[in-house]
Amino acid sequence: MPAIDRDKLRDIYTRTMKVNRTDEKFRALLMQGKVAVMYYCVRGQELVSAAAMAALEPQDYVVCTYRGQGEQTAKGIPMEKWWGECLGKATGTCKGKGGTMHITDPATGIMVTTGVVGSGLPIANGLAMASQNNGDGRVTLVSFGDGAANIGAFHEALNMAQLYKLPVIFLCQNNRYGEHTAYADHTASPSIAMRAEGYGMKGVRVDGNDVFQIYPAVKEAVERARAGEGPTLIEAMCYRMMGHFFGSDFSYMPPEHLEEMKREDPLPKLRKVMLEHQFTEEELDAIVAEIDAQIDAAVAHALAAPLPDVDEIYRDVLEETA
Amino acid sequence: MAQITMTQALNLAIDEAMAEDPGVFCLGEDVSAKQGGGVFKVTQGLTEKYGAHRVRATPISETAIVGAAVGAALAGQRPIAEIMLMNFVAVCMDQIVNHAAKLRFMSGGQTPCPIVIRTTTGVGVGFGGQHSDMLEAWFAHVAGIHVVTPSNPADARGLLRASIDANDPVIFIENILCYGLKGEDPGPGYRVPLGKAAVAREGSDISLITYGRTVLDALDVASDLAKEGISVEVIDLRTIAPYDEATVLASVRKTGRALTLHEAVRPFGTGAEIAANIQEKCWDSLKGPVRRVGGTFSAVPFASHLEQAWIPTKPKIVEQIKLAMGRL
Repeated sequence: MPAIDRDKLRDIYTRTMKVNRTDEKFRALLMQGKVAVMYYCVRGQELVSAAAMAALEPQDYVVCTYRGQGEQTAKGIPMEKWWGECLGKATGTCKGKGGTMHITDPATGIMVTTGVVGSGLPIANGLAMASQNNGDGRVTLVSFGDGAANIGAFHEALNMAQLYKLPVIFLCQNNRYGEHTAYADHTASPSIAMRAEGYGMKGVRVDGNDVFQIYPAVKEAVERARAGEGPTLIEAMCYRMMGHFFGSDFSYMPPEHLEEMKREDPLPKLRKVMLEHQFTEEELDAIVAEIDAQIDAAVAHALAAPLPDVDEIYRDVLEETA
Repeated sequence: MAQITMTQALNLAIDEAMAEDPGVFCLGEDVSAKQGGGVFKVTQGLTEKYGAHRVRATPISETAIVGAAVGAALAGQRPIAEIMLMNFVAVCMDQIVNHAAKLRFMSGGQTPCPIVIRTTTGVGVGFGGQHSDMLEAWFAHVAGIHVVTPSNPADARGLLRASIDANDPVIFIENILCYGLKGEDPGPGYRVPLGKAAVAREGSDISLITYGRTVLDALDVASDLAKEGISVEVIDLRTIAPYDEATVLASVRKTGRALTLHEAVRPFGTGAEIAANIQEKCWDSLKGPVRRVGGTFSAVPFASHLEQAWIPTKPKIVEQIKLAMGRL
């Protein structure tokens, strides 16, 4: 088991709980009818996102998907701006014009959140290409699901990334469902990671619910990318513990799958790891309490924030309309 | 003034932009020195000057090409992506329409996307149904994109420089039949502002509104009809979208008649939008309905005589002008 120092463990735990508490809060607000927007739950995938973001530097670029809350909050988007955007307010990252599926915050490196499956991979190549061109030393991480591995953009992007040895990390969060279709019903290859070999690329498959597998895998990929050794495809095995989007039915998941994902839940596992590393229950509870306080304040701020001016529909179309 | 071809004009525009700004780079199929500087030689000589990183020959992967351009633009660079033939944009529409065009708006202005997508096309060389289409209307219908096409070398040089300067995506349409066209070289640093049409020939009886290769046909027709006493004003839009409405409307208010002309198929073409706009805004000046000429509503055929029957030839343009003038 590779060692992770206590500071980094605390960092990963904090980011993981930030993702989880944000997800819990969002679902609570939706259940209470206080908010009525599209939201793609990340329950079950918190650790993958948090560990991946903890392996990056603040200036590194991230491209994510509509199920990107994990990357967005764990990378560090200020909570008030994140909640403002999700609630369609003028105080949001994108002035309420992007929404839950298009969160963008270049200040923290969240460059694109795409609502189109697989589209982020070619764009990540471009960000990495810019870094290769200007030598700024940044790496780009793009997160996507197992469903995205079957669209043409995946193939085109991986081939191009390896061809140019771009500083990019392809993080496939294999949550075993592409929308409502189980992995075995959409993909014949036994793994996504094995496809890397077909592009001459390094590919690894790890347990995304085990911090000692996911964090070192991303860390190594980041170091390789930064050293000019090219891209890595990481397949992080995880579970999507809810439906495709909030409120959607997931009765198509068989009972044994539901049992399996309960057993593999990353949160109790991570808590156990923390306790084994001499963090106390009190310390961990205090971390969560602080996050909850921050989230509550951010939500209150967003709920009270003004709506975007109606004229915004004409602005930011072209530079002339900025 | 020195004479240059359209190809040279485009090459000069890219060359000087690359020399001035290290963030400008080219990518596309066959564009580097190893492949001869592009199928139509527009990027010839640039690899030798600027290196392989800035003239990237890519796999045949249109989605990866435009996606990479989008990403590099978000990181502050100014990529010039070449999509070898315009029909191939169908392969990468997601990157253009859902991403390049919308990222400025969806990010609330945080991530403008300054990319140029150069592409070429044209009816009349026997390339058939999948290598000939003018698809400008697809892009004109999407907010957040400039659609540009030159009709002569000077405009090619000036419009391409302005397109590279622009802080938004530009679809830059070239025409295969026009690469060898010669004209005056406007010299270094020359720019033609986007969104500004040119009155290519002044006239008083009818406004013929067009762009790209068909400007040449329009000028020929205007010259021929002058001998019959019909004075045709030719408007070269240069930027198809968003187009120079002021110049178009001023011309129509003066002449009282209008004909739109494009090589793209007529139904739902850019000519229909322009015609509708003229009829809304110049109704009191109009002496008759705005007429439209465009390609036939079928796939571009292969056989030469079929191709000639398909395109809006000069006799078809003359016929519509005479109908508008009550001379038929």
